[in-house]
Amino acid sequence: MSSRTPQAEMMDELMRLTLRDLCHDCQVNAEYVIELVEFGVVQPREGRSPREWIFAGEDLVRVKKAERLRRDLDVNLPGVALSLDLLEEVRELRRRVDDLEQDRTRD
Amino acid sequence: MEFKDYYKILGVDEDASKSEIKSAYRKLARKYHPDVSKEADAEDHFKDVSEAYEVLKDDEKRAEYDQLRKYGQTADGGFDPPPDWESGASFSRGGFTGADSMDFSDFFESIFGGAGGGFRQQRGQGFAMRGEDLHHQLSLFLEEAYNGCEKSLRMQQPEPGPDGRVQRRERTLKVKVPAGVRDGQTIRLRGQGGPGMGSGPDGDLYLDIQIAPHPHFRLEGGDLYVTVPVTPWEAALGGRITVPTMGGKATLTIPEGAREGKKLRLRGKGMPGKTPGDQYVVLQIAMPPKQTERSRELFRELGEEVPFNPRDHLGV
Repeated sequence: MSSRTPQAEMMDELMRLTLRDLCHDCQVNAEYVIELVEFGVVQPREGRSPREWIFAGEDLVRVKKAERLRRDLDVNLPGVALSLDLLEEVRELRRRVDDLEQDRTRD
Repeated sequence: MEFKDYYKILGVDEDASKSEIKSAYRKLARKYHPDVSKEADAEDHFKDVSEAYEVLKDDEKRAEYDQLRKYGQTADGGFDPPPDWESGASFSRGGFTGADSMDFSDFFESIFGGAGGGFRQQRGQGFAMRGEDLHHQLSLFLEEAYNGCEKSLRMQQPEPGPDGRVQRRERTLKVKVPAGVRDGQTIRLRGQGGPGMGSGPDGDLYLDIQIAPHPHFRLEGGDLYVTVPVTPWEAALGGRITVPTMGGKATLTIPEGAREGKKLRLRGKGMPGKTPGDQYVVLQIAMPPKQTERSRELFRELGEEVPFNPRDHLGV
């Protein structure tokens, strides 16, 4: 491990990843990612076939989260897809509640 | 070393059946899973629960643990494994970060030995395993996220010691956070995760960004919102006013007859990035705190000059 300050990479929509990159970085196999795509957990940003697929940094974060939920909570893929969507919705709603509460305390 | 009561952690009786243990684990795992829970110490709870389940779900490990639970506890509630203690049980993978038993507590290591044995045996025979990816949350002030910053992170990192057994090392890592990072976004530091085994590469470190609420600015994706009070005459007549942005003061033109809640955009003044966000200024009409006799007279005059019923739509 290096001792210099490491440069951070933003896992955002500008990061481009092939299926191979995604599998390597998430330590999962391609068949698993193909299944995640079929269940709508992630969507390739470009490409029609797995060989051409391009994912974004945000998709990598989602695949890793999906894998944690699947393994730790013993959830199947439709359950993982539903959980991830609901978790995102909860996060967004919590943020809105926080904003509203802050507005209320400001008044 | 603190004794860990796995039965208490899972909230089950000593004679609980396997299905009761599984059900208690599943319920608590859902409650404390770091991807699901909002509680501050969720990850610690989840690790405890996973560790307890790892032991109690396995007959062999449970029997060893029961034996130690009976005889290994010290008077002060601590724990010392018997001097010649050696576990016959092996561990399996599991847990939040994809970790194996390297991620479990010292208490667990003292009983079951963790990854040490296997690692020692396999070392030097071309064995290679990529280090685990680590996940942490990084809280930032909006100013830090906007400008970019350097943060110091203190982490407890499990790693194999010279004898192959797992030891925990406190590590301080300096992180250069790029400008324009957004709330909920993840940043990655390659090779800063758990150490690889054998010739395997080190894992990566993922930091989930959390931006603390700001007293004036609100963040929505890459856009910033700020509520700016204006006087009734500024709203009525329009004109140029000075507004705050994260990058300093800016001038904004208010249209004539602006209403309360009107949103005005300052393009590109939101969070920086390849596609910078915008800043929205939301107008709030503020009354002067005190009136003079002359100002009252002017308002009365205004009321007579501009007949206007703002409650018309309410039918009153």
